[in-house]
Amino acid sequence: MSALAHVSTASGQPASPPPAAGPGRHRFLPYLLLLPGAAWLFLFFAVPLVQLAAASLYDPNGSLSTGYALTWAFGNYPTALQAYWPQFGRSFLYAGIALVLGLLMGYPLAYAIAQKAGRWKNLLLVCVVAPMFTSFLVRTLAWKTILSDNGWLVGLLRDVHLLGPDGRLLATPVAVVLGLTYNFLPFLVLPLYASLERLDYRLLEASSDLYASPLKTFRRVTLPLSMPGLIAGTLLFFIPATGDYINAELLGTPNQYMIGNVIDSAFLVRLDYPQGAALSFLLMSAILAVVFVYLRRAGTEEVL
Amino acid sequence: MKISRWFAQHWVMGVALLVLGYLFLPIAVVAGLSFNRPSSRLSYDFNEFTLDNWRNPCATSDMCDAVLRSVQIGFIATVAATALGTLMAFALVRHRFRGRSGLNVLIFLPMATPELVMGTSLLALFVAGGVPLGFWTIVIAHVMFCVSFVVVTVKARLAGMDRRLEEAAMDLYASEWQTFRRITLPLVLPGIVAAALLAFSLSFDDFIITNFNSGTTVTFPMYVWGAAQRGIPPQVNVIGTAMFLIALLLVLASSLRGRRARRAAVAVPVARPSSRS
Repeated sequence: MSALAHVSTASGQPASPPPAAGPGRHRFLPYLLLLPGAAWLFLFFAVPLVQLAAASLYDPNGSLSTGYALTWAFGNYPTALQAYWPQFGRSFLYAGIALVLGLLMGYPLAYAIAQKAGRWKNLLLVCVVAPMFTSFLVRTLAWKTILSDNGWLVGLLRDVHLLGPDGRLLATPVAVVLGLTYNFLPFLVLPLYASLERLDYRLLEASSDLYASPLKTFRRVTLPLSMPGLIAGTLLFFIPATGDYINAELLGTPNQYMIGNVIDSAFLVRLDYPQGAALSFLLMSAILAVVFVYLRRAGTEEVL
Repeated sequence: MKISRWFAQHWVMGVALLVLGYLFLPIAVVAGLSFNRPSSRLSYDFNEFTLDNWRNPCATSDMCDAVLRSVQIGFIATVAATALGTLMAFALVRHRFRGRSGLNVLIFLPMATPELVMGTSLLALFVAGGVPLGFWTIVIAHVMFCVSFVVVTVKARLAGMDRRLEEAAMDLYASEWQTFRRITLPLVLPGIVAAALLAFSLSFDDFIITNFNSGTTVTFPMYVWGAAQRGIPPQVNVIGTAMFLIALLLVLASSLRGRRARRAAVAVPVARPSSRS
């Protein structure tokens, strides 16, 4: 095998484009290869979404034991929204604040790894991913220890009077936002890094040779060139953060509950399927709307 | 003057290291807590050093049952998702066919949809279809959300491959099967292995989708979730630390292998181009 490899790669050029459909025997091959996976995705991703939409229009007076009737009850939506708009708004608010914090931390990190790390690049990249090696829930619970009322962090903040003598971090919005930022930061950093790594350092030098201040160089050169990674990263951060309810449950109280907590209890505790489905569908539509507007404003749809 | 210039050049690195510290703080706490004897079941604070948790990780046997179940589910879901996803990646990179863009959307969407929506919609389907929730509904769900990630990973590897290697093999009278077996597969294998590892870690760590589709079956994340209300046994941190160490070893091993391959590539001027990664 290695002998064959030697013969054909001496000139190492990029791979040729995919060929057109081959002769007869191969006509159906791609469909055969695709069928199992596509069928799985269709059956267990696409069809359930339709079922969710149907469930959101069930008669709200039905129950799991007596069965639900599809009565096209569009009233489920305003009812659900009226009852739970604070949690709904909170999801977007917390995810938004976490995103801003994430950008403030993630951009310098990605930039430093891509442009300043030299031979330590790979090691630092592993360090970004490494926290995800351990369980999401166990990591989040660790924040409970860090932010605990008896912990060193709260003690320190009380000593420097950033927190009152009875001030807490745990069970506050601060804890939930901090947890969200922490848990989704790697998703933001990795695509950003990929963009910044391709950034040609000579462009930055050229910019400063032409008397641009570092700030101006950043605004006019670095930032626009890192846009694809920035867009992909913010979406990868924002979408799961909005739908997350683990941080609100473990680090917050019912006063910090996000829409996920409500949907969880609608499906698993209160067994109110129409309402849970309506909220779930609303969440998806709201996220899609935000993403769509964002992509429009950001001026590129290539990431999709 | 000199200090300010030094600062201007290095502040980004300084911030980066602080952020890395933020990322690692909880890991350090998990490792520390794995050696802790908590003062009460509901306490999350450090109390007293002990090796008991590591000596006896299965003191609460239902936790170890849950870990075992997560491994089983992860294994089955990984094998299925890797097989389905690899076949799809081959079709997407190597063949032209109708409906490619629609298929791309179908593959992309599960990665962009909130887990909450996927979890609840599957639950709605299973309940409407009268499917009893349990081990197999979890497997179905995990295969579903892992497939897309496998496709993307394997596709990247396939797209970066030199087709002429295969053409050369065919020119030298290798049959199609021989070419696939001796050339294509070995070259794509690192991508498939990476995809499988990714799928396993996604499955093993999934909470939200599993929560909606598990019925009374308890996986490790489900166990931790339940225990968070009743009081977390310190052994949970042993599992967390062990997971971290195992994954770290895997990454180090693969990067060492990569480095050795690269060195070999330097020694032999005409080596395989795909040994880069």
